[in-house]
Amino acid sequence: MKIILLCILLALPAGVSMGAEDSELDALKKMMLQMQQQMQQMQEKIQQLESAHTNAPPVAAPVPVALPAWTPSQPITVARSGNAYMNMSFDALVNAGWSTERNVNSVLNLGDHDPSQRGFSLRNAEIALDGAVDPYLKGFANIVLKLDNNNETEVELEEAYGQTTSLPFNLQLKAGQFFAAFGRQNQQHPHAWAFVDEPLIMNRVLGGDGLRNVGTQLSWLVPTPWYTEATLGVFNGGGGTTFSFRDTGNTYGRTPVDRGLSGPGDLLFVPRLASSFDIGDTQTLVLGASGAFGPNDSGSNTWTQIYGVDAYWKWKSPEANGGFPFVSWQTEAMLRRYDAGADATVSLPAETLEDWGFYSQVLYGFHLGWVAGLRGEFVSGNAGVNDTNDVLLRGDRFRVSPNLTWFPTEFSKLRLQYNYDHGQAFGDAHSVWLQLEFLLGAHAAHKF
Amino acid sequence: MKTTIVALLLTLAGLSAQAKLNVVATTPELAAIARAVAGDRADVVSLAKPTEDPHFVDPKPSFVVKLARANVLVEGGAELEIGWLPPLLEGARNPNLIRIAIAPGIQLREVPTALDRSKGDVHAMGNPHYMTDPINGQIAAQRIADGLAQRDTAGAETYRANLAKFNARIEAKMVEWKKLLAPFAGKQVVAYHNAWPYFGERFGLKIDLFLEPKPGIPPTPASLAEVITKMKAEHLHVVIVEPYQNRKTADTVAAETGAVVVPVTQYPGGVKGTEGGYVELIDYLVNAIAKGLAQ
Repeated sequence: MKIILLCILLALPAGVSMGAEDSELDALKKMMLQMQQQMQQMQEKIQQLESAHTNAPPVAAPVPVALPAWTPSQPITVARSGNAYMNMSFDALVNAGWSTERNVNSVLNLGDHDPSQRGFSLRNAEIALDGAVDPYLKGFANIVLKLDNNNETEVELEEAYGQTTSLPFNLQLKAGQFFAAFGRQNQQHPHAWAFVDEPLIMNRVLGGDGLRNVGTQLSWLVPTPWYTEATLGVFNGGGGTTFSFRDTGNTYGRTPVDRGLSGPGDLLFVPRLASSFDIGDTQTLVLGASGAFGPNDSGSNTWTQIYGVDAYWKWKSPEANGGFPFVSWQTEAMLRRYDAGADATVSLPAETLEDWGFYSQVLYGFHLGWVAGLRGEFVSGNAGVNDTNDVLLRGDRFRVSPNLTWFPTEFSKLRLQYNYDHGQAFGDAHSVWLQLEFLLGAHAAHKF
Repeated sequence: MKTTIVALLLTLAGLSAQAKLNVVATTPELAAIARAVAGDRADVVSLAKPTEDPHFVDPKPSFVVKLARANVLVEGGAELEIGWLPPLLEGARNPNLIRIAIAPGIQLREVPTALDRSKGDVHAMGNPHYMTDPINGQIAAQRIADGLAQRDTAGAETYRANLAKFNARIEAKMVEWKKLLAPFAGKQVVAYHNAWPYFGERFGLKIDLFLEPKPGIPPTPASLAEVITKMKAEHLHVVIVEPYQNRKTADTVAAETGAVVVPVTQYPGGVKGTEGGYVELIDYLVNAIAKGLAQ
């Protein structure tokens, strides 16, 4: 450094000395001398500082407390995840299995990402992108590719939203297409689920694709001593991903009325309140209550209300290795009141369809990388006039699913699940599914 | 009216200036150093427990509340917490939080030139377990003191004084520690996970044989057999294990090779005798490993 400076300083006067006057040369010489003196002083200061540090007690190694400066001899590492503008990941769920029911995806597995046929299926390959947009926003997108039973590729923009990072008063605003904050599992992507399929009550009242739509959401971290978050989502409420609302594809026998929005009151509103408590150092409980309110397309003035409660409890060993061992319990119960309109053309009266049900699942992470799970579910509803045609979506049904998952690392898993299924529509059914997950790239960490 | 408001604001400002700082540290050793530096000017809590695997901490909602109310966050900054800190910060929505990351002041070791997960769960920024070297502990203390002073200028003097005290303690102890481990210079020690290169480098030990075949990958009978063969050939007789790692595996290896298992920890409170703080932690480590090597 010093040498370079001196060289430059020496070269400068040499170059200009030809026509330069003596006084200029003198001035430069003076400047150089001054600089040399300054450098000497600085060096002495550095030595003083160094010795002050190391002299106090005679320590063998020097103590570089200051941040080590970068020098050209140090390698620059470019392949760091923190150096990219966004996290990018690809995650695929590959299913293999068999069921006693031939029509797997039209009768048994109504979830859009469930194993869809006997043999092999691939119903969820997602490209997830996330990162900071600027100091005020973060962005997230989840683009899902899936293969239908003819092996044709379907694409869906599952989520694409911006979310604020620096609003005051503990507020957060989200806008775009995203999963509504209804219950617990609805907000999770399939690869974070504990079973290969969507719970029955979810595909019955939220729809096989979950409740997600384009809209906005305001959430507030309530200043209580324990964790409480209040959320209000407002969505357009139309299409297959708002199955119980303005979805012309689901009107329980009525001729669909594509009513559109006649005012802001026709939007879909999804409020939620969730609280969490720690029980000692090793247990955590999360309780939530959600609602979803909006019009449906079975008539020109027909409305749907969905209510849900959810609970999640987890114990984790204080000496957890890789997050194991742990025990968790998750339960959600939902009730839907769907006002179906009168339709003379198919001779169906106005009536309120009530559907309710729950699932409850226990997971036991008994050994590093190994999780045993058991889920029980039941769905039911009141009698509807058109039920013989809607028996798949309205009849009583229960299902028991034990499973075993092995996570070789946190980037892959192998899951074996058995379903005993009993429904009014199909009697008994037995299914066995094996699922492989693999994740490439940098994927944003999941919430609790 | 105006004067009342001004007076009120001044009183409020006065109150908040007197209130203690809320400091959250991601891991217990950073909390211990923050406590040493902040003295009674701050309340310091750690998110991770000293006995649990720091790579896999649950992002509990109660941590969101802690971060929402915190003034200062002390974090490792080398992606050790990447699996749980980002969702917590997102939930906490605290734009005023001052984040003190330690890693930018540290020369990280084992920075991979290419990212390849077939080599195990390698940290992209380099080995994040740098706090086992007490010199890095001093760097952490310096960065914490700087960060705290930035948030609480009135306490700058206190932080500087506490930092000097902390540094003096480490420097005094360093002589003792080096003396204790000097007889074992160049000796090789077996660890469960590759968390000890900084400690090894500082004290002249080679801690480069691991029960895990690759970082984050659980041992298999075949990988353990390989370790046992190497240990026998090189006459290695110390295996260090952290509280959350599989003690049974280490015991099996020790029984096969006649080695001793030494319980160690990266965190104050992880093993009995380390509760006092960061200096006590290093003190325990040096003594326990020296004792193991002497056997």
